[in-house]
Amino acid sequence: MSEDDDRSPPLDLRGADIAESSNKTRNCSGVSGSGVPGPGPGPSSMEFQAPYPDQVLENVLENVLQFLSSRRDRNAASLVCKSWCRVEALTRSELFIGNCYSVSPRRATVRFARVRSVAIKGRPRFADFNLMPPDWGAHFAPWVAAMASAYPWLEKVYLKRMSVTDDDLAVLAESFPSFKELVLVCCDGFGTSGLAIVASKCRQLRVLDLIESEVADDDMDWIACFPENGTTCLESLIFDCVECPINFEALERLVARSPSLKKLRLNRFVSIGQLYRLVVRSPQLTHLGTGSFSAAEGPAQGEPEHDYLSAFAACKSLVCLSGFREILPDYLPAIRPVCANLTSLNFSYANINAEQLKSVVLHCHKLQSFWVLDSICDEGLQAVASTCKDLRELRVFPFDAREDSEGPVSEVGLQAISEGCRKLQSILYFCQHMTNAAVVAMSQNCPELEVFRLCIMGRHRPDPVTGQPMDEGFGAIVRNCKMLTRLAVSGLLTDRAFGYIGKYGKLVRTLSVAFAGDSDMGLKYVLEGCPRLQKLEIRDSPFGDAALRSGLHHYYNMRFLWMSSCRLSPQGCQGIARELPRLVVEVIRDEVAEHKDDAVDILYMYRSLEGPRDDAPRFVTILQ
Amino acid sequence: MESKVAYETDLNLKATELRLGLPGTDDSEEQALFNARNNKRSFPDASGECGSKSCSDAQHADNETAPPAKAQIVGWPPIRSYRKNNLQPKKTEAEAAGIFVKVSMDGAPYLRKIDLRTYNGYPELLKSLENMFKFTIGAYSEREGYKGSEYAPTYEDKDGDWMLVGDVPWDMFIVSCNRLRIMKGSEARGLGCSV
Repeated sequence: MSEDDDRSPPLDLRGADIAESSNKTRNCSGVSGSGVPGPGPGPSSMEFQAPYPDQVLENVLENVLQFLSSRRDRNAASLVCKSWCRVEALTRSELFIGNCYSVSPRRATVRFARVRSVAIKGRPRFADFNLMPPDWGAHFAPWVAAMASAYPWLEKVYLKRMSVTDDDLAVLAESFPSFKELVLVCCDGFGTSGLAIVASKCRQLRVLDLIESEVADDDMDWIACFPENGTTCLESLIFDCVECPINFEALERLVARSPSLKKLRLNRFVSIGQLYRLVVRSPQLTHLGTGSFSAAEGPAQGEPEHDYLSAFAACKSLVCLSGFREILPDYLPAIRPVCANLTSLNFSYANINAEQLKSVVLHCHKLQSFWVLDSICDEGLQAVASTCKDLRELRVFPFDAREDSEGPVSEVGLQAISEGCRKLQSILYFCQHMTNAAVVAMSQNCPELEVFRLCIMGRHRPDPVTGQPMDEGFGAIVRNCKMLTRLAVSGLLTDRAFGYIGKYGKLVRTLSVAFAGDSDMGLKYVLEGCPRLQKLEIRDSPFGDAALRSGLHHYYNMRFLWMSSCRLSPQGCQGIARELPRLVVEVIRDEVAEHKDDAVDILYMYRSLEGPRDDAPRFVTILQ
Repeated sequence: MESKVAYETDLNLKATELRLGLPGTDDSEEQALFNARNNKRSFPDASGECGSKSCSDAQHADNETAPPAKAQIVGWPPIRSYRKNNLQPKKTEAEAAGIFVKVSMDGAPYLRKIDLRTYNGYPELLKSLENMFKFTIGAYSEREGYKGSEYAPTYEDKDGDWMLVGDVPWDMFIVSCNRLRIMKGSEARGLGCSV
C-alpha cells in the first residue's frame, strides 16, 4: 500500500486524463500504460521507470476498476489477490460503512485513500422505538476528525442514526472546501447552530437533506446564513423534520437565487400562503414538501387568497409531493394539476378520509410510491388499488398508534391492493388484525415483492376469521415471493412460521420479529436456514441461549443481531463472545426496567475488526 | 414565529371534541418530541409478558390522569416518536374547526377566505362582506333579490349551481356553500329574477 500512498492527490479518474495519458504512452516507444505519462509531452512529475509486470497489471486494473461502482462487486474484486486489493482500494471513491463500530476511522482511511463520498450507519434500528437508553454511541466525531486529514477533497457525507454535534458540523464545514452534499437521516445531537455553520461555510453546497432527524432549536436563523450574494449551487434543500420556525423572507430570497433547486421540502412552520410564494418562483421543482398546507394561525379573516391551482399547474416537472403536515382539506384540490405526473406521494402526516383521498389519487395513474395514514380506511386503499397500477411501494401508517385502537384498515384493504397493484415491491402495513387469506393472496398476486412488513398492532393476535395463528400467511409470503429480502412479522406466530422462513426465505437479509414464537426452535430454524441473513432484530420472544448458539456458524456473516426481552442469560452471551473473538457482544441494561433475576435486557452483537469500543456508556457491558 | 398560537387554538378545540380515545391519551404536545427518549414510564410492570416492559403513553408520564385500561408497551407499535407526535387532529368542514369558503368579487383583484361558522346568520355575513370589499348590498326580497345595488352576493352550492345568497335557510346554506361570488351588473339582476 505504501507506494500507492505516495502518489499525488487523485485526478478525476473518470475524466479525460486517463484516456489522454494512455494514448500518449501507447504512442511512445512500446512502453505500455504506466498511468503516469512517460517521456513525452504532458504533465509529469515522476521519473520514467521500466514498469514491472505487476505494475502493468495494476495500472490496467486501475483503469478498469474505476468503472466498478457496486460495492459488492468491489468487495469481491478486492478478494482476488493483494494486488487487486490494493488497486481496488485506490479506485474506490464511495465508502460505505454499514456499522460504524465494525471498523475504526483510521483503518478505513488508511485502506481507502481516495474517497470522495462516505456513508456511515450507526445505531440499531430498534433504538428508534425507545428500547434503549439514549447516548448509546455512534458518534460522528472520530470519523470527521479522521476524514479531515485523510480526505481533504471530500464531497459527500451520508449519515444514518448517528450522533452528530454542532462541533462535528463545524469541523466538516471547515475541513472540506469542495464539500457538496450532506444527508442526515434519523440523526440527532445537533441544532440550528450546526446548520448555520454548514450553510455559511460550505460554499459549494448542492444538497442539504435533513430527514427524520432531531434538530435542536438554538434560536439560530440558519436559513439566513447562506451566502447572500450571487446564486447558490443548491439543488436540494430538505428540512421538513426541523421543528422550529424559520425565517421565511430569507428562505424566499434563498430560493430566488438558487436556479438549480430541484428538491425543496419545507417544514410545518411554512404556511400555504408562504408555500405559494415559493412555488411560483420555482416551477422547475421536481420534489416538493409542502410544509403545513394550511393557513397561518387563526381563521383567515380577510387574508388575501392565492390561486394555488395555477401555481401548481405551472409545476410541470413535479414528480414527488410530500408534506401536508397540518392539512386543511379545502386546499387539497389545488394539487390536482400535478397528480397525473406524480410518481411519489407522501400523505403520511395528512389526516384525510377516503373521499378526500379519492379526489386526488384517482388522477395519479403514474404513482409508484405512496405513503399514507390509515385514516383513508380500506375504501381509500381500494381507490389506490383501482388507479395506481404501477405502484411499487406502499406504506400505511396508523393515525392512532395504539394496540387497541379502532383499526380503520384491515385485510380488505390489503386484499384490494394485492389485486390492483401487481407490481408491488415493498409494503409496510399497520393494522389491528389481519387474515391469513389476505396475506396469502398478496403472496400470490404480487410475485415481485422484495419487502414485506406487516405490523399487526394487537400483539399475539390470531386470524380473526379462523382463529388460527398467522403462520400460514407469512409462510406463503416466503414461499411465493422468490425475491423477498426483507421481512417483518407480527400477530400470533408459532415456531412453524419460523420453520417456513428458514425453509423458504433463502434470500432474506433483514428480519424483524416481535412477540412471536414458542421456543428456541423458532430462532434455530432461521439461523440455520437463512444463509443471506444480515440483520436480525428480535424483541419479546421466547428464544434463549441454546437458540443463540445455533447461529455461531453465521454471526461473522451478519451485520448485527439484536435481541431484547428474550430469554438470554449473561452466561449464554458470554459463551458466544468467547467462541467468536471478532464479534463484539454488548449487553445493554435498560436502567429503568425491573430486573428479573439475571436476564439480559438487550443483546446487541456485531462483527468488528476493532474489538470492544472505547466509548461505551456505563449501561453497556461488552462481554469477552 | 407563528406556530405557537395555532397549537393553542387546536388544543382548546380538542378539549370539546368527541373522541374514542381514552382520557388523558392525547398526542399533540410539543414537549413530547424532546422528552420521548427520556420519558419512558410511570407505572411499574404489572403483567410481564416475556419480560416486556409497560408504561402509559410516553408523552403523558407527567399527567396525573386516569391510567389507561391496558398499559401500553414501550416501543410498540414500532412507530418513531417523531411520527407519533406530529399528527394533527382532523380538520373537516363538519367540525367546530370552521367552514372556510372563498369569496370573490367581480372586478376585485384578489380573493378572500372567510369562516362561515363565525357568523350567526345572513345579516352578519352580508355586513362583513360589505366591509371586506367596500361596497353596499341592497335590500333583499325573496321575489326580487337584491334591490338598490348593482351587486348581488351569490354562492355555488354542492351541485355546482349558482344561487342567490339568502334563498335557503342559514343552516342549509353553510353546509351547502362551496364558495361565494359577489356578482356585478346585469348578471346579478338576472340571477335575482330567475330564482
